[in-house]
Amino acid sequence: MTLKTLLLGAVATSVLAPAAFAERGADGHVNIIYWQAPSIMTPYLSGGTKDIEAASLVLEPLGRYTETGALVPFLATEIPTVENGGVSADLTSITWKLKEGLVWSDGSPVTSADVKFTADYCMHPEGGCAQLAKFTGVDSIDTPDDLTVVVNFSTPMPNPYGPFMGGQSPILQKAQFEQCLGANASSCTEANFYPIGTGPFVVDEFKPNDVISLSANPNFRDPAKPAFATATLKGGGDAESAARAVLQTGEFDYAWNLQLAPDVLASMSEGGTGTPVSAFGTLVERIEMNLTDPSPDLPEGERSTIAHPHPILSDFKVRKALSMAIDRALLTEIGYGQAGRPTCNLVPAPALYASDNEECLTQDLEGAKALLEEAGWTDTNGDGVREKDGMKLSLLYQTSTNAVRQDFQALIKDWWNQIGVETELRNVDSSVFFGGDPGSPDTFQKFYADVEMYANNFDGTDPQSYLSMYRCGNEPKPSSQWQGENINRFCDPEYDALLDELAQTGELSKRGEIAKKLNDMITKETMTIVPLVDRGRVSAHSNSLGGVILNTWDSELWNAADWYRIQ
Amino acid sequence: MLTYATRRLVLSIPTLLFISFVIFMLLQLAPGDPMAQVPLTVPPEVKEKMRQALGLGEPPLVQYWKWLVQTFWIEPKIFIDWLTRDSFLLGWLPDTALYQGELRVISWQTRSPVMDIVLQRIPQTLWVVGMSYIVGVLIALPIGIYSAYRQYSLFDQAGTFITMVGFSIPPFFTGPLLIVVFSVYLGWFPSIYDTTHVVNDWESFKYQLQQMIMPVMVLALQTTAQLSRYMRASMLDNLNQDYVRTARAKGLSEAIVVMVHVLRNSMIPVVTVIALGVPAIFGGAIITENVFKVNGIGQLLITALFANDLPMVMTLTFIFAFLIVLFNLIADVLYGLLDPRIRYD
Repeated sequence: MTLKTLLLGAVATSVLAPAAFAERGADGHVNIIYWQAPSIMTPYLSGGTKDIEAASLVLEPLGRYTETGALVPFLATEIPTVENGGVSADLTSITWKLKEGLVWSDGSPVTSADVKFTADYCMHPEGGCAQLAKFTGVDSIDTPDDLTVVVNFSTPMPNPYGPFMGGQSPILQKAQFEQCLGANASSCTEANFYPIGTGPFVVDEFKPNDVISLSANPNFRDPAKPAFATATLKGGGDAESAARAVLQTGEFDYAWNLQLAPDVLASMSEGGTGTPVSAFGTLVERIEMNLTDPSPDLPEGERSTIAHPHPILSDFKVRKALSMAIDRALLTEIGYGQAGRPTCNLVPAPALYASDNEECLTQDLEGAKALLEEAGWTDTNGDGVREKDGMKLSLLYQTSTNAVRQDFQALIKDWWNQIGVETELRNVDSSVFFGGDPGSPDTFQKFYADVEMYANNFDGTDPQSYLSMYRCGNEPKPSSQWQGENINRFCDPEYDALLDELAQTGELSKRGEIAKKLNDMITKETMTIVPLVDRGRVSAHSNSLGGVILNTWDSELWNAADWYRIQ
Repeated sequence: MLTYATRRLVLSIPTLLFISFVIFMLLQLAPGDPMAQVPLTVPPEVKEKMRQALGLGEPPLVQYWKWLVQTFWIEPKIFIDWLTRDSFLLGWLPDTALYQGELRVISWQTRSPVMDIVLQRIPQTLWVVGMSYIVGVLIALPIGIYSAYRQYSLFDQAGTFITMVGFSIPPFFTGPLLIVVFSVYLGWFPSIYDTTHVVNDWESFKYQLQQMIMPVMVLALQTTAQLSRYMRASMLDNLNQDYVRTARAKGLSEAIVVMVHVLRNSMIPVVTVIALGVPAIFGGAIITENVFKVNGIGQLLITALFANDLPMVMTLTFIFAFLIVLFNLIADVLYGLLDPRIRYD
């Protein structure tokens, strides 16, 4: 049986089976485990994935992304586009139509006022809304009638699907959150823990950082769904015990984000009670090259700033040689197994934006050596490390503390040693590394190292803001309290010009072309970013849980309404 | 004794204030950022706004003062309100309604009052960690007594071996080992503790026992190891004393000599050790709670530490400090009560 027939079979059962037992609550209870425990039920007060996903059982946006990255309407009747007239021709406004007859779980009607209120809630200047970036460019929101919402942008938005789209931006009930604007957001514990939503479930009991008990929403728009009468979302522990509870003991039906060593997961899945599933999104583990000099000899405030170019890595040939020495296939096999695939792209998906750049996938140690020779780096004293003008080819390579990353460091250090590059390894606790404390010398933004490794991705399916991070001037620097996203301190006017063009372009195929070009400029043409692994997500579901479609573009629980018990 | 206790109580106030200040300053100096767990896709300026909303922009001393006011003024008001409104003991008094909606100590992760979460967690911790302490004490005392009475016997040797094992094997090893054996292979006990479980009949009580047994045993092994050694040493000290020989010479039975004369005297230091261990129960068992997903106070502390949730960490560590100071005092007073030779005044 080929993979295709298997998949078709899976699709067929997921379509047919719910129809067979089409009655709300007929399938009893479902147990979900998240090894990071949810803390709050509103994604607007917490950027954490665990909280966004837990909330997605209760709160819903106007539209979601499917497992392929396509857009589907949830509370809206359809996804507005330029073609159907929902998005204005000049790309400055988008008109959403709500489905008729929608009600909240308390029975009151969902209206455009709730949608407008959600935007007001997040855009309140004192609220500290975690999803504020979703509302970038929003100028005003009009509600001509109870079912119509018009979002007006101050500039043309080729991708107008920021607000109210995807798990990060669901609709809140105005009546419930009215008193929770701005600084009051924190005192609304009741609303934050027990939000009234339109989703398949309602919260019965919320124990922060522990467990959430839910039951089927009696007013859910599809009278036959959800198939489960009650649900438990347990949190805490670690990925390994979550995997064990689904794959070996069968106590739980669904386990989220099982970041485990491939061999551990493989031996657990022999347990026979469940199946691991994987899917790929845009998360790319990469090595970032520092184009500025991080030398500790420089005065504080000048280290790793554009005032001093990097003495070694400013040379493209060196960067290219470092990339050529890496065997990405081996790294993937060791570190991620079925949850990874080697990549050379910063934007690995969706297909529309993914460049066909595959040159880096084959390791070429000899080529790398030749390239370093060409660049003038030779080993004159025979100690195995190349020199040039009295300077050793020696790099400091930092990353966050994490078993897989330390394995990667060791392997890469070995390959780099083989081509005559001395490498010093360093790892920093992830809460410090990603913490962004301007006083700490160890953050990834400060980049007091020559190269560093971490993973990043982008929200939704449009890479524009992601690629815009590498704009000139957007680098972390003392004057911006070391905040900024252009970690490499990359600057190319041609790149910026292309970015501007992307921001003006609405036509999808044209956008794809420009995004691919931008991706190539920052990866293979300059080797500023050296992508290693396209990291997928692995979750697991029990053999008796049907309807699971793993989605990396939205919440994993996006289609929990369609889940059912296989009899 | 009363004067002594009062003096100690009064002295503990500046001690606790000092401890709270030190904890606060240590947390301020510690690296880390509450926004570290927010995905990188959230832009830095949004993170900065989130920090401002959490009150991180204020100077440390202002933050400390706010915490003091919230903990020592606002939280007690809520407690008194609860006493006069809902409690059985004082519920007949008119509702005092002292709390007027001032800002309480708010956790940065959950945006809800820290104290509510702590109260929610205490039952799990007391059930599991408290029970393991009781089980540990009940096993340790007889082992210690008999080991000392039959020193160097086979039983003593076996006891010593087991306590050494208990001392040296950490719960992050025994926990998963028990899970693999009893949950995965035998399927007797659940590997994940259900904190929503309500005991209301025989069946649910049986389930509660099943889910408690593994974490309780892991923790009891540690307690047993420690206490049985103390008990044994203390018994050995007393068994060779003159008064024991006198008791035997008077013709008292062995049971009375050992269980009454020797045991009572040997218990004095052991009771102190037991009392000093009680705050650790409230502190939870960080590792064991995590292994079995008991989600009590220990798990609360570790997740708060990972999330750099300073108000939560601060409040929890302060509660531990308070309990340690309190039980030190209780242990000292107990010592005086049990042993008439010890007088503080």
